[in-house]
Amino acid sequence: MRAIGIILAGGNNNRMRELSNKRAIAAMPIAGSYRAIDFALSNMANSHINKVAVLTQYNARSLNEHLSSSKWWDFGRKQGGLFVFTPTITKENSLWYQGTADAIYQNLDFLRNSHEPYVVIASGDGVYKLDYNKVLEYHIAKRADITVVCTTCNDQSEIERFGVLRMNEDCRIEEFEEKPMVSPYNTVSTGIYIIRRRQLIELIEKAGQEGRNDFVRDILIRYKNLKRIYGYKIDTFWSNISTADSYYKTNMAFLDPEIRNYFFKQAPFIKTRIDDLPPAKYNPGAVVKNSLVSSGCIINGEVRNSVLFKDVYVGNNCVIKNSVILNSVYLGDNTHIENCIVESRDTIKANSYYCGEDGVKIVVENNDRFAV
Amino acid sequence: MIKKEMIAMLLAGGQGSRLGVLTERVAKPAVAFGGKYRIIDFPLSNCINSGIDTVGVLTQYQPLRLNTHIGIGIPWDLDRNEGGVTVLPPYEKSENSEWYTGTANAIYQNMEYMQEYHPDYVLILSGDHIYKMDYEVMLDFHKANKADVTIACMPVPIEEASRFGVMVADETGRITEFQEKPEHPKSNLASMGIYIFNWEVMKEALIALKDQNGCDFGKHILPYCREKGQRLFAYEYNGYWKDVGTLGSYWEANMELIDIIPEFNLYEEFWRIYTKGDIIPPQYISDEAVINRCLIGEGAEIYGEVHNSVIGPNVIIGHGAVVHDSIIMRNTVIGDNTIVDKAIIAEDVTVGKGDVIGFGEEVPNEVKPAVYSFGLAVIGEHSVIPDNVKIGRNTAISGVTSSGDYPDGVLGGGKVIDKKDGDVA
Repeated sequence: MRAIGIILAGGNNNRMRELSNKRAIAAMPIAGSYRAIDFALSNMANSHINKVAVLTQYNARSLNEHLSSSKWWDFGRKQGGLFVFTPTITKENSLWYQGTADAIYQNLDFLRNSHEPYVVIASGDGVYKLDYNKVLEYHIAKRADITVVCTTCNDQSEIERFGVLRMNEDCRIEEFEEKPMVSPYNTVSTGIYIIRRRQLIELIEKAGQEGRNDFVRDILIRYKNLKRIYGYKIDTFWSNISTADSYYKTNMAFLDPEIRNYFFKQAPFIKTRIDDLPPAKYNPGAVVKNSLVSSGCIINGEVRNSVLFKDVYVGNNCVIKNSVILNSVYLGDNTHIENCIVESRDTIKANSYYCGEDGVKIVVENNDRFAV
Repeated sequence: MIKKEMIAMLLAGGQGSRLGVLTERVAKPAVAFGGKYRIIDFPLSNCINSGIDTVGVLTQYQPLRLNTHIGIGIPWDLDRNEGGVTVLPPYEKSENSEWYTGTANAIYQNMEYMQEYHPDYVLILSGDHIYKMDYEVMLDFHKANKADVTIACMPVPIEEASRFGVMVADETGRITEFQEKPEHPKSNLASMGIYIFNWEVMKEALIALKDQNGCDFGKHILPYCREKGQRLFAYEYNGYWKDVGTLGSYWEANMELIDIIPEFNLYEEFWRIYTKGDIIPPQYISDEAVINRCLIGEGAEIYGEVHNSVIGPNVIIGHGAVVHDSIIMRNTVIGDNTIVDKAIIAEDVTVGKGDVIGFGEEVPNEVKPAVYSFGLAVIGEHSVIPDNVKIGRNTAISGVTSSGDYPDGVLGGGKVIDKKDGDVA
């Protein structure tokens, strides 16, 4: 392969509300069996990129546990492999990563010591499948300095979360605005970039010396008239999960047969850490309709239009509707959960009632396990 | 020098012919069990959970599936720098190359493998039982009794004891007599086919009996050891242990997993069973689906009704299909409006639409009445069943069938269709 990978997985967003108390966004569980970073990692592996660095910072315990072995994504290799870089104190630097560009700046040696000509930069909070080789070919054909993968966002209320851009007929980016409140354009950056390695080193070094820390603001936007920055538009499924609402919607999207088949039944597949849980068990009283159920679940109650992650226990006479129940949740008998996200490893007392009235509600009880 | 206190030798070469078409193309230890496992996962998981990290797996009959399943042992943490899992097929020698002719002969042919680890003890296991057992506790028993050989035994009802090898032991547990499938058993302790040998004792016995035709542990090695006056002990085991050697017991053991709190519980955190987890996505249960008392594996899609069944990974149950009391293994597709009642359908089978599998009275099977009984309809892997056919009970189907194979669209009870020489789907 002609590229190495960098996955930016350090982020946190207060719009994740209580969900980000526990973990970095890249470690958020997705679609029953996966975590957000699996998508970027699997895309790298499936694109035959065999050397990948994951840059983490915010609450990385959960993420580190997930990445404790690289074999699940086939990165357990002598050539290349998976590198996890958390901020460290060095002779030159005693600060945390001050931004995306600074995170790369503090790990420039990784780039310097590689020999592959290109770098794929991706964020750890996107849910998508993409062959980065296709983007790379495009990048080379356009003789671009930087290629930004972008997609169409039709929801104006979402625009303010993204970098919005406009391209000319040749697809060269002419305008780029970071997280505008309103924008006349609907093409947004997915946070996936391809750039020549030496070019990246040069730009990052310069930004670092000038104390500029953000890749989008201080490199993409600042250089857009000087460097050839191109957009590569995708029309396949792509979703960013960094708010509680979009996280909920992304999980629910997997109930759509088209999206489900695209990810679950069509190669290339998304890989993840294997948990060795037994098959899901349906006891008498279980009524399950239009739902995703993961391994290790035991169901005694009613589940409709919901996503159950791994190892969830649903008690007798429970009613779960339009909800996302994260890993290892124990739901006591007669519990009613509607329009909710239930935080992982929680134990919900019997006879509880939770309903998200306007918008999705996040349920965190913090009870001791099985002390019901 | 590499030194391991105890290594395990797992006998996985048998065909298991009493499982009929299920083992036509794979060895019995590789047959699927309990929704996502294969039978060999149980002894392999027991090994690693007991702290045994060196396991030789002896293969012979149809080993491809077994080899790809075991690989380098990653799922069981048996990928080790020293030891780990090693697949041991029969091999050609400079003179008198031979297949494994018996259980002990197979072990004898792999003397060099064992020698490499300088073990004090060797644990002999077979790859066709469903159980959880701490072999370390058995080893403690072995050491405490200063035994030369310890045989794990299970108390069975005395009227059933005549199906097993029976151990007669004194009050200290020392074995005084064996009876192989006796008409009048003197004891109810049945051998489970699990032995711990002192390495030197086993080595000596294997060499002494190396010319014995079809050399077998139960028939030759154990009697030889006893006659030499060595200390043989019976280790009584009272947990769940199931021999899944027949279609009936295989079906029963699967069905027992569905109980609300099954005797053999896969959901305990302690003593987990590991398997190759190659299918990851969650299962999808549609709006029309009805599911009652089932185990369902990863990636399955259920659009119809399923009752009292064990459904493997990636299985698709079509719209309007109704499945009762059945085992359906991975990647199999059940067409729309098909009714399945008490059947075992192996991996990668395509069942058409509007079929009825399992109907009518039980009639003894015409070809192998002892194998295909229990009222089960059994379909071998990679088979194809056309649309709109009816299949009776005590039947077996293997291979790609077309409607021409079913006179008037019916395969009567007790009939067999075997197209194993044809192409596989």
